[in-house]
Amino acid sequence: MSAPALVVAAWLLLVGLYGVVTSRNLVHLVLCLGVAQASTYVLLLAVGYRQGAQAPIFSDIPTSAPVVDPVVQALTLTDVVVEATVSALLLALAVQTRKRFGTVDPDEIGELHG
Amino acid sequence: MTRRVRLALFLASAVGLAVVLGFALAGLPGFDADLGRYASFVASHAVSQRRGTNSVVDVAFDYRAIDTLAEELMIFVAAVGAAVLLAHARDESDEGQAADLEALRAPSTSDLLRTFGPGLAAVAIVLGVYIVTHGHLSPGGGFQGGVILSTALVLVFVAGRTLAAARTRPLAPLEVAEAVGAAGFALIGLGGLVFASVFFENFLPLGTKGSLLSAGTIPLSNVAVGIEVAGAFALVFAELVDQMVLGRGGDT
Amino acid sequence: MIAVQWTALALTALAGTVVVLIREPRRQTVASGVFGLVLGLLFFAFQAPDVALSEIVVGSVALPAMVLLALAKIERSE
Repeated sequence: MSAPALVVAAWLLLVGLYGVVTSRNLVHLVLCLGVAQASTYVLLLAVGYRQGAQAPIFSDIPTSAPVVDPVVQALTLTDVVVEATVSALLLALAVQTRKRFGTVDPDEIGELHG
Repeated sequence: MTRRVRLALFLASAVGLAVVLGFALAGLPGFDADLGRYASFVASHAVSQRRGTNSVVDVAFDYRAIDTLAEELMIFVAAVGAAVLLAHARDESDEGQAADLEALRAPSTSDLLRTFGPGLAAVAIVLGVYIVTHGHLSPGGGFQGGVILSTALVLVFVAGRTLAAARTRPLAPLEVAEAVGAAGFALIGLGGLVFASVFFENFLPLGTKGSLLSAGTIPLSNVAVGIEVAGAFALVFAELVDQMVLGRGGDT
Repeated sequence: MIAVQWTALALTALAGTVVVLIREPRRQTVASGVFGLVLGLLFFAFQAPDVALSEIVVGSVALPAMVLLALAKIERSE
């Protein structure tokens, strides 16, 4: 029953890693890393989802109603914002790399001597 | 190693990874299993124990507040690191070119931005404050509202002449705001230690379910995290935007 | 699983693949914004409104803005 969600999570991870490995531009690499990060969110939510259950907000449903897992959602929601800030750090590194090495191609950076 | 070798190595490892992933993911319980014990306990007891109707925020800011403390410190460090790196990337030629540009004339912002910017910023501020303060009642909280508030700050930078007219960017207040937010969250935890002898224990009166001033320290934690996240993102934006970026396509 | 969830899953897989396959960073930023939006829809369909709110705000607003600004800064330092 939950196979499609898990397959999509695994696919996003593999596609994101492929993008990181074959990237020619550091900014492209950061966005592909974002795709790989998204696979973890999909996986966490797929683990927490229950068929026929509702969102864990109890302002209008009784406390005994079946809900999806709130613990996993708490993990994922902080995770999304943290990984955006880490992407910002990586982008700052890309800007600095351009200044130091004159290129944002990962293949060329290894050959220059700063 | 060459690109072709790297690609071939990756494809071989990806096949292996896919096999291992398939094996691991097949062992997970499906959508019709029961919730785990911790999750079902939280789902059934969060509202009665903490009076916050959004049980996800209850978990993030009360039951597992220690994890959220670590996460928001990660945001703090990443934003400060990005700011330091970008400050180093500004060098002599940038300052010289910026001074030349200012000597000609102050770069102006477009009319569209000047007309609609303040209105959009006001809407964004109200929305951000609403989402931060109502985090324990409806979906939202400090993290989401903080990012919305940071976009409001960026709109104010870009639409106003603050950035174009002066070289001074409001970086110091942003850093202070970020630090105040991070420290505020840690102090709430310490307050739990001081007043209730458990770190991050909810020590304020819980109130009635559904009202704005309920759930004890959870609204305060939301506000602290909102300020910190807004400061972090606005700091990164402020370092990335400078007169050169605005001045090049600026005057219409 | 209802139809909305199937559609959202299929769109997510498609959008993720498109983001990786586009090589030019500016076009990829637009695709990444769409990917963030589609992920937000997926999270809504799976009954996670907090996470969806987070993802939409971050993936469609903050991240593309940061990437575009960084690209401008990178290309300016020619």
